[in-house]
Amino acid sequence: MSGRLEVWLFAAQRLSAMILAPLVLLHLATMIYAVQDGLSAAEILGRTRGSVFWGGLYALFIAAASVHGAIGLRAVLREWTPLRGAGVVAMAFCVAILALGWRAVAAIT
Amino acid sequence: MSAMDEAAKTLQVDIWRGGAQGAFQSFTVPHEVSQTVLDVVTYVQRRLDPTLSYRFSCRVGMCGTCAMMVNGRPRWTCRTHVDRIADDGRIAIAPLRNFPVIKDLAVDMTAFFDKWRDAGARFQPRDGAADSFANVDPNSPARRAASDAIECIGCGICHAACDVVSWNPDYLGPAALNRVWTLVNDERDADPAAHLAPVAGDAGCHACHSQQGCAVHCPNSLSPTASIAGLKRQTLAALFRGQL
Repeated sequence: MSGRLEVWLFAAQRLSAMILAPLVLLHLATMIYAVQDGLSAAEILGRTRGSVFWGGLYALFIAAASVHGAIGLRAVLREWTPLRGAGVVAMAFCVAILALGWRAVAAIT
Repeated sequence: MSAMDEAAKTLQVDIWRGGAQGAFQSFTVPHEVSQTVLDVVTYVQRRLDPTLSYRFSCRVGMCGTCAMMVNGRPRWTCRTHVDRIADDGRIAIAPLRNFPVIKDLAVDMTAFFDKWRDAGARFQPRDGAADSFANVDPNSPARRAASDAIECIGCGICHAACDVVSWNPDYLGPAALNRVWTLVNDERDADPAAHLAPVAGDAGCHACHSQQGCAVHCPNSLSPTASIAGLKRQTLAALFRGQL
């Protein structure tokens, strides 16, 4: 069982990385483009409000980041701390990032 | 002869003495042409202090018994020339990292080889003694993958170089996993896919960070990292096939 979990986590880590790579680039490019006319809440909300594209993109971004970060955190905790139950901590981290991130996405769309 | 010439002809050698608790002891050893680190240790043991404990056998880079930390790096001492690694005439020689020290430069390899057993790194023949020789195509992808990893002499240098081993004592380690990779690619093995389950656990191939300390230090220029990456791919394929 343990072996299958590790392999699933390996697959999830790679898959989330594949999703994150283009999204991070798109996010950075958008930021550079957005600040050209001065950065303001109104300007950002004007782009994201009611936009299925930006809402969906950031919802996916957060899903991938929460999975990717949590799996990495689990490895760090297991190797660098004597903590037992690193998986539980990582799972809680994943859920927290998902909840906070999706809440933020809901607020700007 | 000037003092400088004299200094050039000697080496200052610091050698670890004791067990896990111990200290470096300094020796002055004559510098010879084509001298190896093993020559230096042997000189100390035979001429200066017969109580020095160390391990060696073949002296020609085949047996894998003489690995030690030399100036902080794991090396096969019989094939490491002093001229290549001496730091201003100084050499520090210590027992292999990540291994329990028995005494001085001799380490306990038991746990290391137990991991080979735990990883299932044992060839299980498909054919019996009565069967004829297996014809293995030397150019098949599997045979090529096995060939790239097969020349391991079991010296433990990769195990000493691996930070994941130092963080997680249960980690099977680059040597055992590299050996399993050769078996996964051995068409003579009774069940190559069966070798994947023992290395798919949380102390197996997925614990590797692909840092490549093993590949940098392997005296035979193998890349256990590449073998472990192969195991990661194969375990994923086995999972999707329902074989894990």
